[in-house]
Amino acid sequence: MAKIIVLTSGKGGVGKTTSAAAIAAGLALRGKRTVVIDFDVGLRNLDLIMGCERRVVFDFINVINGDAKLNQALIKDKRNDNLYIFPTSQTRDKDALKREGVERVLDELKDNFDYIVCDSPAGIEHGAITALYFADSAIIVTNPEVSSVRDSDRIIGILASKSRRAEHNLEPVDVHLLLTRYSLERVKKGEMLSVEDVNEILSIPLLGVIPESESVLKASNTGTPIVFDQESLAGRAYIDAVARFLGEQREMRFVTPERRSFFRALLGRA
Amino acid sequence: MAGNLVQGAVFTVMVVRAGMLHDPVFELELAQQVQRSPRFFLNAPVVLDLKGTTEFTREAEFLDARDILRRHTLTLIGIQNAQPAQLDAAAAAGLASFAPNATQPSRGRPADPGLSAAAAPQAATPTAAKSRLVTQPVRSGTQIYVRGGDLVVTAPVSAGAEIMADGNIHVYGALRGRALAGASGDVEARIFCSRLEAELVSIAGHYLVSDQLPPEQRGSAVQIALVDDRLTIERN
Repeated sequence: MAKIIVLTSGKGGVGKTTSAAAIAAGLALRGKRTVVIDFDVGLRNLDLIMGCERRVVFDFINVINGDAKLNQALIKDKRNDNLYIFPTSQTRDKDALKREGVERVLDELKDNFDYIVCDSPAGIEHGAITALYFADSAIIVTNPEVSSVRDSDRIIGILASKSRRAEHNLEPVDVHLLLTRYSLERVKKGEMLSVEDVNEILSIPLLGVIPESESVLKASNTGTPIVFDQESLAGRAYIDAVARFLGEQREMRFVTPERRSFFRALLGRA
Repeated sequence: MAGNLVQGAVFTVMVVRAGMLHDPVFELELAQQVQRSPRFFLNAPVVLDLKGTTEFTREAEFLDARDILRRHTLTLIGIQNAQPAQLDAAAAAGLASFAPNATQPSRGRPADPGLSAAAAPQAATPTAAKSRLVTQPVRSGTQIYVRGGDLVVTAPVSAGAEIMADGNIHVYGALRGRALAGASGDVEARIFCSRLEAELVSIAGHYLVSDQLPPEQRGSAVQIALVDDRLTIERN
């Protein structure tokens, strides 16, 4: 039985889709059969980030409406055999996300995958609620700034009250914080909230801190999930976050200034 | 058998001072208050306090008052502190007269905490039902209202959350949202918190917004009480 993970934030533009792609690819790299679903109907982007936009024929809405079979719409990733992409429709809107239809599709996916990663649209309206409704776990994507933190707080409250687990009095959705676009320099200058500041307000377990990095933009534009870029700090941070999600202990990197050892400094290596 | 026909019950009812009705600001503020918690105010009963006013000797004045309150979804049910002439006019308008000594909500407040703890086994049932304990963080956008009792939160209250109680509010954590104690007019209600970072605090309708909170009290453990119609903040 697959575990359903939703990436959500309330606020837009904080890195939900980038993170969904990276977490899904990270899980696949760990040998987990993973599918990542785009819930942002009408603003389809996940296929671009995953670099499969030219292979989209049928989509999530086609399958919900019974116009296509699941295996006609699922796109297998060319880089990793464990990874599948489930694109959404660009021509429809969020109203096409019928809860019963979504449930049926998720149930069918559950038998074939270990993890179902749901990329939520921004906001707290129907689309976002549908994306988080069936979640077992939630990864709250937050930028270190006040408006993003407040919106995250709101969405955590919604997970605790409007999700399927809340409505059926099951064990609550297990909620994690993923802090993205973190810049230690700007935190030091007081321009950005620190990890501690965010933690204090949201008080949920920290899954990872992703440093602000040019490689993320490059990865998006080339349609490569950032975890496939082993050189990039952000990619490594996502790999760590996935490991923590799977229950491993990893030291939190990029939150304290990098200490360069004397010898390494002498040798000129960073 | 006749004894069963009439039963006694105790209610918490909002009291509006008659003089305020003619204040143009009152209606505006009332409208804002109602808009903030529409469910709480919907068809809520109101008693008009005539203390200190010589008006309201004509039935029409009461009917006007009823209309004003009705506009804000409130229902005028009676009066208190009336002079004989006012009493007749109110009766003509179909309003009940409430005993003047009941001006303040008379909730059983234990005078001595030690004593009430000792008496707890017997008194536990009614008291426990009235107060509410919240152990999870109160997230932005959440609204909690405890009718006729105290609210105890053992977690932070986020900015953008609103907690209200007819009685006291205790927050064992940072209070960053809005806290409204004495929501039905109990001027004795207090707010306690381990860290004051509130957007707004209010007791019986007297409020302070974040900007008005003394900077030196921010971030400290405080209790807030209403003293001579002014909110006073004291460090704990």
